[in-house]
Formats: sequence, structure tokens, C-alpha cells
Amino acid sequence: MTEEKRITLSKADRRKVMIRSQFLQGSWNYERMQNGGWTYSLIPALKKLYPQKDEAAAALQRHMEFFNTHPYLASPILGVTLALEEERANGAEIDDAALQGVKVGMMGPLAGIGDPVFWFTVRPILGAIAASLATGGSIIAPLFFFISWNIIRVAFLWYTQELGYKSGSEITKDLSGGLLQTITKGASILGMFIMGILVQRWTSINFPMEVSRVPLSEGAYVNFPDGPVDGGKLQEILGQVASGMSISPEKVTTLQDNLDQLIPGFAALLLTFACMWLLKKNVNPIIIIFGLFAIGILGHLVGIF
Amino acid sequence: MDFNILMVIGVLIVAFLAGMEGILDQFQFHQPIIACSLIGLVTGNLAECIILGGALQLIALGWANIGAAVAPDAALAAVASAIIFVKAGNFTPDGRNVAIAAAITLATVGLVLTMIVRTLSVVIVHRADAAAAKGDFRGVEFWHYVALACQGLRIALPAGALLFIPSATVQAALGSLPDWFTSGMTIGGGFVVAVGYAMVINLMATKEVWPFFFLGFALAPLSELTLIATGMIGLCLAIIYLNLTRNKGNGGDSGAQSSGDPLGDILNDY
Repeated sequence: MTEEKRITLSKADRRKVMIRSQFLQGSWNYERMQNGGWTYSLIPALKKLYPQKDEAAAALQRHMEFFNTHPYLASPILGVTLALEEERANGAEIDDAALQGVKVGMMGPLAGIGDPVFWFTVRPILGAIAASLATGGSIIAPLFFFISWNIIRVAFLWYTQELGYKSGSEITKDLSGGLLQTITKGASILGMFIMGILVQRWTSINFPMEVSRVPLSEGAYVNFPDGPVDGGKLQEILGQVASGMSISPEKVTTLQDNLDQLIPGFAALLLTFACMWLLKKNVNPIIIIFGLFAIGILGHLVGIF
Repeated sequence: MDFNILMVIGVLIVAFLAGMEGILDQFQFHQPIIACSLIGLVTGNLAECIILGGALQLIALGWANIGAAVAPDAALAAVASAIIFVKAGNFTPDGRNVAIAAAITLATVGLVLTMIVRTLSVVIVHRADAAAAKGDFRGVEFWHYVALACQGLRIALPAGALLFIPSATVQAALGSLPDWFTSGMTIGGGFVVAVGYAMVINLMATKEVWPFFFLGFALAPLSELTLIATGMIGLCLAIIYLNLTRNKGNGGDSGAQSSGDPLGDILNDY
């Protein structure tokens, strides 16, 4: 270690690491999970910091240890690691255990933010908006999802990595504070609120089964003439319909109408709770999905749906 | 319909991208709304495939890889259903539901395939270890790419197989489905989105945030509220709630007595 001048990581080096960090999970494996992708991401920095072959080998090997977190929340950890590796390459006393300790200490709690924020709030919301745009086959739907998601994602990767780099080892102290819990809780609140809406709006359960069929009294329904209809007659009929008269001489009440009077979407709510219960009992979601299709088919044959 | 050579190459590229993204989870090429649309684009049925993608996206809302657990595979489901949909050429809601039913079956197959590749990656990463021991940057990078390419092939190979099953076979198979089956599947299709919601809710739900679920549920029938509007309401609720609970310090139950004592709140902050 002959140290004439300090080696620093430029902004361009850090950007290279960020771009590579998008491939973090490429060699995800059951043994050490994201280790390959983690090392791959750090390579531009390690190359610069450790030009000596033996130092490079040691650096590569110490980063091939177990690593796993949310793929986006790896960025602040990468930032901190870059800062630590930079200090170490310039002669600071940072041993392998300290580096590994920082990585392991951060990956658990950060994964805990990433799942509720990205997988259970941002993606379902953007996906739901895109799905509603897609009903007409509009090209805006996929474009909206792709562009908005990737702007959020890339901005997050870059700024959290920079934050990690700048605050170095400080960030670990920062995270044990309240900020982490606040973000997670806020995301859960928003997520739960949106889920309540989606359950009601987009689970379609219809019970067309007739509960009652009551003949209506004369004058409560539109009396359609048998002969040809001219403009005046048509206007009269449309006026009657607009004033709330029934168009059939019988009032048919389906099970669905009764349920809707309780609260719209009640059946969807019960179905969702049933699914949650089954999932908590560790029933495989695929089995539940097949079961629901089977219920749909059987129910249709029996005439409930 | 049958595919010409350009379409085949296009579909295979989309499938490969979707396969890589299925593990990377970055650009989201594996999400149905993107993957189905891209297949629609390369095969010339863009609008129909966007509608299919939207429908499938709703089902897949809660499919996410958490920790070491693997969710049903959105990538294979999206790619395969779009191929089946376009091949059959039946762009009615019934045709769509048949494609979605096939997709969900294939999501299970995809789940098995991704587990196989993740096991295979153990071997590949050991090669990378050997390269690392020699200080060989190139080697570490190379084996990382190999593992990633395996993930891409995981979707591209089944997609290729589906492409080369003759259209007539696919169409005949789908056409032979009786009506009770297809309409039953349509009804079931309305139910299955609940599974996705249930997965998401199970992971977020705590006593504290349940009331917000019911607020959303009660407001949902107001069709004047678009999703953007409800998003705003939800965001405001979250901010208001967080501020109220923070001002209160670490107080116990939420409620009326929070803002009664500003001096106490300030003292609590210190």
C-alpha cells in the first residue's frame, strides 16, 4: 500500500455502480442470494480502488458473502459501502467484519420498507390505474405504467445511493430512528385505503338468482304499444322511463339487489376475507385461484351466478 | 393467426426480457400490462393485448417476490397468455378469459421453472467465486450474465414452444371448450382478483391501519371519485394521521385528547 494521493470515487463511478445495481438479482441463488449481483454492482468502484491484483481478489471475495434485501433498497447500502471501501482503500482501519456488519445491519430493516412501499403500495396503485386505462385498449395504459414506475425507481436508486455515500456510516444510526417506521406506516395506511377501494370496485361477483318476482300495478310500468311507434309516442315512453317507471310489468328482485342494499361490494369483502384466512393457513395461492375458478363454474351450472 | 419470422423474433425478445425482469424486478417488463402490450405490438394486435394485459394486471397486483419466497410467475403468465390469445384470434371477452385461465395455470409452471433456475444459479455463482479468488473482474461479470441469461431463457423457451404449436391445434383446443366452462371461467375470473388483494392486505394489515381499509371500502361506491382522487384522499389521510400521532409523542390510543395540550406535546418532543 504505497499511498501518494487519495483515490476518490467520482460521480461518474458512482453512477456506473447505480446503473449496474439494476442487475442486482440477476444471479439470485438459494445459497447466498444476491451476492453475485452485489459484487457485480461494485466492480466499477473496486476496479478503481484496488488496482493491485491481490487486493482486488480480496475485495471481490469479501463481497461474495451472503446478501439479500429489497432490490431497490440495496442502493443506500451500496452508497454506504462505497464510502467505506473508499476510506479503506485510502488506508483507514475498516476490516471485513465491520463492512459485513454494516451490510447485514442495514439489509433487514431496509427490506422491511421496500416491500410495503414498492410492492404493496406504488406498484398496485400504478397497476390499478393502468388497468383502468387499459379497458379501452389505449396505448397510454402501458406507457403510463412503464414511464411513471421507472422515473420513480431510477430517481430512488440514484438519490438513496448518493445519500448513503454522503452520510457513510452515519446512515445506520439514522435508520434506527423514527423515520423508518414513519415511512412504512404511511405506506401501509395509503395501501390499505386503496385496497379497500379496489376490493369494492374490481372484484366482480354477481348473484343474478331471483329472490322475488312481483307483478306491478297498472300505471307503474310502461305500456308498450303493439303497433308502430311514431316520434310522439316514443317521446312519451322515454319520458315515462325517465320518470322512474319500470319497463317490465313485473318487479324482479335478485339476490344481488338485496346485497347491494346492505352495502355495495359486501360479497367481495367476504370473499377477500376468506382468501386472507386461507392464505394465513398457508394454502398455496395457486390452489385458491383454481378453487375459485371451480366455484365459478359449479356455481354457474347450479344457477347461483 | 400464424406468425411470420419477424413476429417470432419479436415475441422471443419480449419473452427473454420478461424472463430477465421476472428476477430483476426493475423495469417491469414482466408485468402483464407491459409484457402483453409488447407482444401485441410485435404481432400487430396492440389494442386487444393491452386490454388483456390490463385484465391480467389486476389479478397479478399482489404477486411479489418477498425475501426468498417466490410468487406465482407473472412473466410466464403474461407472455404465454398473450401468445395464446393472439394465436386463437378470438378477441372477445370469452377468448380473453380462456387466455387468462391458461395464464394462471402457466404461472404455476413458471414458479417451478424459476425455482430450478435459482438452484442452477448456485452452481454458476460458485464459478464466480473461483473468478473472484483470482481477482478476475471479467469472470465475475461473465458468470453473473450467464445466470441472468438463464432467467431470460426460462421464459423464452416455453414461449418459443407455444409459438410452434400450430394455430389450428390451439384454436381447436380452445374452440372445443363448452360454454358452461368458458362462462364459468369468466365468473371465476371476477373472483380471483380477491386473492391478489388478500395477499397484499395480509402483508400490510395491523390493528392500526385496518380502519383505513374500511374507509376506502365505504367510499368506493362513489363513482365520482376516480382512482387519482382516492389516491389523494389516501395520501392526505396518511399524512394527517402520521402528524397527529407524532405530535402526541408516543401516546397510547389515537383519539380526541391529542391536541389538547400543546405545551405537553412540545415537552414530549424533547
